[in-house]
Amino acid sequence: MERLRWTLHDSWVEAERHLRVIPRNVELLIFATIQPIMFLALFAYVFGGSISIPGFADYDQFLMPGIFSQSLVFGSAFTSIGLAEDLSKGLVDRLRSLPMSRSAVIIGRTISDLVRNLFTFVVMLVVALLLGFRFEGSILDAVAATGLLVLFSYALSWVQAVIGLAVSSVEAANSAGFIWMFPLTFVSSAFVDPSTMPGWLEAVADANPFTVVTNAARALYNGLPVGNDAWLSLFWSVGLIIVFSTLATRRFSRSTSA
Amino acid sequence: MHGVEKRFGETRALDGVDLTVPRGAVYGLLGPNGAGKTTSVKVLTTLIRPDAGAARIDGIDVVADPDAVRHRIGLTGQYAAVDERLTARENLIYVGRLFHLGATESKARARELLERFDLTDAGDRVVKGFSGGMRRRLDIAMSLIARPSVLFLDEPTTGLDPRSRLAMWDVIADLAADGTTVLLTTQYLEEADRLAERIVVIDHGHVIAEGTPDELKARTGGALLNVSIARAENRERAMSVLTPLCSGRVEPVTDDDRSFVAPIVAGDRVVPGVIRALDEAGIDVLDVAVRRPSLDDVFLALTGHIATEEEGE
Repeated sequence: MERLRWTLHDSWVEAERHLRVIPRNVELLIFATIQPIMFLALFAYVFGGSISIPGFADYDQFLMPGIFSQSLVFGSAFTSIGLAEDLSKGLVDRLRSLPMSRSAVIIGRTISDLVRNLFTFVVMLVVALLLGFRFEGSILDAVAATGLLVLFSYALSWVQAVIGLAVSSVEAANSAGFIWMFPLTFVSSAFVDPSTMPGWLEAVADANPFTVVTNAARALYNGLPVGNDAWLSLFWSVGLIIVFSTLATRRFSRSTSA
Repeated sequence: MHGVEKRFGETRALDGVDLTVPRGAVYGLLGPNGAGKTTSVKVLTTLIRPDAGAARIDGIDVVADPDAVRHRIGLTGQYAAVDERLTARENLIYVGRLFHLGATESKARARELLERFDLTDAGDRVVKGFSGGMRRRLDIAMSLIARPSVLFLDEPTTGLDPRSRLAMWDVIADLAADGTTVLLTTQYLEEADRLAERIVVIDHGHVIAEGTPDELKARTGGALLNVSIARAENRERAMSVLTPLCSGRVEPVTDDDRSFVAPIVAGDRVVPGVIRALDEAGIDVLDVAVRRPSLDDVFLALTGHIATEEEGE
């Protein structure tokens, strides 16, 4: 009990360190927010006219949940970059020499990144609504959809934590954190119906957890039957958090500057 | 530390290191890059586990009870480990709270330390704009927040300009005067000489010598006498006159045909004897200078190579 209390305390002190500086770097926040909005507008106007999806009268209603999902996933890359920076600057050495909780450094980091991603997401949602996106289901469905997306993004933050601690530099973290997100988000149901892909690729897209989460959120936002996708995406997110928080904490306990 | 070994792949970073620092003492761990200085500090500060041997801080084993060790130590690593997006004060409070000092106590300590390290005026500025010397001072202040009984300073002046280095030396000398046990690593021989009461010389993961700076200097056989005489043609004769008075070979200076170097045993009253002997032989002396060996000379004598020869750590 005592240990849990200190873990929470230390995690909060650590999260506070990162949250405190968000308003000091407004530029970073603005660009982090502009990028997904730009994606939203580009996809909607460039592809919107030429793509039609069976079951969706309007491509925007199909596409925008996919872009929400992709943006949140991309946002998780902050975690690997931030941890790689702490490691290369010797800050991890300092923190590991303190009598603090081992997992708190990563919990605090992932929580603060979650807050930042949530902010970007809210701005993006407002822009989407202005562009004509509508919640077709109940408001509760929309909240549930958002919750599933945010939880998945948080789970990927833990994957990014392992990457950030495993690579040797911030530059490497920048590439290693982003590169796999392109196949992850494009070989999926985010932008098109996977049944239009070659058979083998369709199989990959269908198995992709990103597809599961995107489908669940899309169904909920559009007031369509969600089937097993909601439970499955919950299962994926919780599973990823359990596995990668164990790996990340273990990795952290052995990480030291070169 | 007793018989501590650490291997990284094929490299034996530490090959049986023994090291004991008495409470309140300031020890210098001196060696070239790659000698094992940083690895020793990392073992003692619980950052890496030794493959063999044991290390204890205040009698507490670093492997068996790392958390108890962490309560007693302060670490200033090779890089100034500060968050440059925060102000100096925020950095200090942050570390204080992670030491579980509580918010009020952390704030009070932060104020004290900013004052002590001459950072009060800059205390509420973001660290990004700080000079290298200011960052290092903040870094040391952060490692002192919980009043550690042992402070580790890993190359505290590496990368600093000469002026900041002198300021940092004053800071470290003050710590020593306070009675904090300090283990500092350095590749600057002058730094160890100036700050440490005892120096442990480490090379290739071994301790190769230990002693006070004076004891280590004595290992090269004492002092060197630089003698200059008035007339070049008398040099051979002067050198042979002095040979019986010296502790080793008398060597001519290559780029000055009126000078030579004579090794003597430090502390015996050999200088007046040298001048008298030359005078009696009718040789006019221009200058006699006693040069105490630098730690560079000591390192060369101990290891057979120059201290800055190797790369990588």
